[in-house]
Amino acid sequence: MLTLIKGGRVIDPGNLDGIMDILIEDGKIVEVGGQRSEVGGRKSEVKVIDALGKIVTPGLIDMHVHFREPGHEYKETIETGCMSAAFGGFTAVCTMPNTIPANDNTQVTEYILKKAKLADTVRVYPVAAISPGLNGKGLCEYGELKEAGAIALSDDGNPVRNSRLMRRALEYAKGFGLPVISHCEDLDLVASGVMNEGAVATQMGLAGIPNAAESIMVMRDIALCELTSASLHIAHVSTAESVRAIREAKKRGISVTAETAPHYFSLTEEAVKEYNTNTKMNPPLRSEHDRKAVLEGLSDGTIDVIATDHAPHSSIEKEVEFDLAANGIIGLETSLPLGMKLVETGIISLTELIKKMSTNPARILGLDLGIKKGSPADITIIDPDISFKIDADSFQSLSRNTPFDGWDMKGKAVLTMVGGKVVYDQ
Amino acid sequence: MGFAKKDILDMESLSVDEINFILNTAEKMKEISERPVKKVPTLRGKTVVLFFHEPSTRTRTSFDIAAKRLSADCLSISKSSSSIIKGETLIDTARNLEAMNPDIIVMRHSLSGSSHLLARMVKTSIINAGDGMHAHPTQSLLDLMSVRENKGDISGLNIAIIGDIAHSRVARSNIIGFTKMGAHVMLAGPPTMMPKGVETLGASVTYNADDAVRNADVIMMLRIQKERQKSFLFSTEREYAKVYGLTKERLKNAVKDVLIMHPGPINRGVEIAPEVADGPYSIIMDQVTNGVAVRMALLYLLTGGTRNADTD
Repeated sequence: MLTLIKGGRVIDPGNLDGIMDILIEDGKIVEVGGQRSEVGGRKSEVKVIDALGKIVTPGLIDMHVHFREPGHEYKETIETGCMSAAFGGFTAVCTMPNTIPANDNTQVTEYILKKAKLADTVRVYPVAAISPGLNGKGLCEYGELKEAGAIALSDDGNPVRNSRLMRRALEYAKGFGLPVISHCEDLDLVASGVMNEGAVATQMGLAGIPNAAESIMVMRDIALCELTSASLHIAHVSTAESVRAIREAKKRGISVTAETAPHYFSLTEEAVKEYNTNTKMNPPLRSEHDRKAVLEGLSDGTIDVIATDHAPHSSIEKEVEFDLAANGIIGLETSLPLGMKLVETGIISLTELIKKMSTNPARILGLDLGIKKGSPADITIIDPDISFKIDADSFQSLSRNTPFDGWDMKGKAVLTMVGGKVVYDQ
Repeated sequence: MGFAKKDILDMESLSVDEINFILNTAEKMKEISERPVKKVPTLRGKTVVLFFHEPSTRTRTSFDIAAKRLSADCLSISKSSSSIIKGETLIDTARNLEAMNPDIIVMRHSLSGSSHLLARMVKTSIINAGDGMHAHPTQSLLDLMSVRENKGDISGLNIAIIGDIAHSRVARSNIIGFTKMGAHVMLAGPPTMMPKGVETLGASVTYNADDAVRNADVIMMLRIQKERQKSFLFSTEREYAKVYGLTKERLKNAVKDVLIMHPGPINRGVEIAPEVADGPYSIIMDQVTNGVAVRMALLYLLTGGTRNADTD
């Protein structure tokens, strides 16, 4: 069976940009080139996907999601999470290890991969824990975890408080070629904080989380990265100080990379007014000054990746007092449209957006993907002109905790292909 | 004018006219409490639920007395006597209460925004009797009433609020309430107790208690909670009393007809010296008396009252 993606603008950052056709056979790309009308003498066997007026890109990768399986399947299963990813235009996701039990051993890693195989939608790359139980007290068996399929290490949700452990984790991970993804947060500074510290928190009578709670840990981890020459990736950057620290570190040649989430460049603390628990996440929505700094970081390349931190919660965790509400929002089905807004407003080019949502995550994770002969046919087709309203009720995710419900957007994925198989077609 | 509000949640959402209307109504209500028979039939057949998630003596008793003086049926639910301890959510408890058709739910809760959450979820009128660090509108209204009663006019007065501003819902509501009524509010306290960006509420800030006392027509002291020591907000009660407490010495710098206020409960010898709390400038007990009147006015207005209560 042959598939021909025809007439779209193919963008593979750094390699391709132009109107091209892509021929796919047995799940692999067999030909990329100028427009063609015939496919040898096998025309009748060819399934043609018309991509005229569309953007054809290497499959998008969300390197930071929380699927709640095992443990909290009522919020999201691997199956529903994968469907949500496919609908959002993602061909691969990295699942964070804070499941119940945590992904700190090969049995859990294998379980996740087994469920992902059954779901048979998008590729799932499990991130394993830095420390058993994410408790910051020891090292997991990184070698075994890697063999079982772990792609990176993180205690996401919990910062590694002990600097010596973080140093050794970076070094030990380096031996296996695994990147370490750091959740940067000084819990003593966070204390009882539930939103960004500042005038809005003061007006609302909510305890604030200062910017320094994040940047102090970003700066520590950069120092440790410099010490160890290991591969460090900073998760969900939200403050101006963090962006500055990462920018300076990169300038000095330190091997640090960073991601931010769509909510940090789309919203500020103002959205928290009225105690909307779908605006509660960790790190919190920051000030307009920070939002602008994040935009700058995206535009000058300081921030390599846009990842969602997709964090499904049900009404049980969200329809409660603000202080008691769980942190996090879902993002898989809104990420690309919010990213397209950056292109529309001239913050970054379309090519840059694809880099941050596909090429860079692949590079950081050591995945050899892209639109080239011999590569697996992981492809996303984007309609940049389609206007629509975000409707949380239509999401594939089991959860509805998004602050973007009802937003008018332009541009979204219309087809997602994983290994030559169409997993979403609008 | 009529009074069309469903809820009393905070001072932001009340207009100057509405505040004046409430205070005028409260003044009339106050007279009822001074009669030998302290009861009018105005709210006969109305049900008021006091839903208190946080310990309170003054505020709950004040609402209870206010409801009873207007002949409403009033019942009290505390956290320990409710299904909350069985794991029921706030919203479920409130919906169950609503299903029994009360006219007003008065809620006290230790978490900010809880009253707003409740008001969004149920059709019953909600009065916020204090939510976390956010708001305490009935306290602010009774403070406004007490100052107006003593000074005639609030506009143009200098109000000093001294203490732990960061953790005080009374401070937040009073900054908004007094500023709205034309007064100037100056906050004083150690920088550890001054919340970031509080100037955006319209107040000015000093870290020097004497500066605040010197210019004030009204000095409002806030309770210092000893447990704040554990989060490093102050060193010792001893030093706090010396640097920020309202002592007789410090009061010498005040204008001669200054008013001393405190929302209670007071820590004698910490934020306020006993002789100042009990002294000639103190209107702390007037505040308590006016609390009943303000709450009677709100219960009356929220259940649709427009006539003068004393003609019933």
